[in-house]
Amino acid sequence: MRRALLAAVLAAAMSAQAAIEAYRFDDPALEARYKSLIDELRCLVCQNQNLADSNAELAQDLRRKTYEMLVAGRSDNEILDFMVQRYGDFVLYRPPLRPATVLLWVGPFVILAVGLGVLARVVSRRRAAEIPSADGGAELARAERLLSENKDGKK
Amino acid sequence: MKKFAIPLVVFAVIVGFLAVGLRLDPREVPSPYIGKAAPAFSLPRLNEPERTIGPADMKGRVWLLNVWASWCVSCRAEHEVVTRLAKTGEVPIVGLNYKDERADALAWLRRYGDPYETSAVDAKGDVGIDWGVYGVPETFVVDQDGVIRHKHIGPITDKSVSEVILPLVRKLKGTS
Repeated sequence: MRRALLAAVLAAAMSAQAAIEAYRFDDPALEARYKSLIDELRCLVCQNQNLADSNAELAQDLRRKTYEMLVAGRSDNEILDFMVQRYGDFVLYRPPLRPATVLLWVGPFVILAVGLGVLARVVSRRRAAEIPSADGGAELARAERLLSENKDGKK
Repeated sequence: MKKFAIPLVVFAVIVGFLAVGLRLDPREVPSPYIGKAAPAFSLPRLNEPERTIGPADMKGRVWLLNVWASWCVSCRAEHEVVTRLAKTGEVPIVGLNYKDERADALAWLRRYGDPYETSAVDAKGDVGIDWGVYGVPETFVVDQDGVIRHKHIGPITDKSVSEVILPLVRKLKGTS
């Protein structure tokens, strides 16, 4: 019974796999390049997915294009250029550094620097506030005494 | 006063970014083709498969390329606008029938009317990729020299026709 169930599950998994087209590569190096390319390229339809993850029609077509170009012996750069020429820098998950993309590249570091600056200020202010009071700690001692009395009383 | 200066500046910066950012439509990826020559193609016509159509055939005229498909719901919504635009007679519209079945496409045109001068059959979507099409419908404005001047992503509306497309067409034709 269990075995039959397992076989059924496996069969279902296989047919699910078959829905995604599989390209055959004779050369493992070519396959590795294919995988890294479709990992790097953005699907224009579902914009937060790359070509590898997306099942949109266009993503399928672009995977096919990528495959065809790889098999035809084109270099990675030629394939990326092909995509950028058609869809712009937006297809690249790592767009080149250009005036239009400077904010994209530098922005996170600017925010980090501002955050660190604020943190440093807060910490230094708190340090300044921790200087013992003028009465030489008498108030603090009294507070501690009161607290411990309270504790004893509750026992 | 000084106490409020920093939060106020931060607030102003955030408001500035949101004011710009929220108005942008992330689905509208600017086409790198604006101002560049339209990619050449020569595809069979939908209504006369033995003849071909391509940008070369439209040289010397300002024309629109409207990407459509019978399976595309927004194309159905856009169709009335395209029909009205075609009826003005100001600009010829060439359809790019994108990844469609011939019989379905012909039936669609019979049912809803055919506003196109002709439609090119891009069964595998290769020309679509060459033109950087990523969503149907899309509409390109091409000038007399075969240069792409404008790309509209998604269904065109009466507003985009009267405010953007027709003024641009008239300007390109030098009749405005």
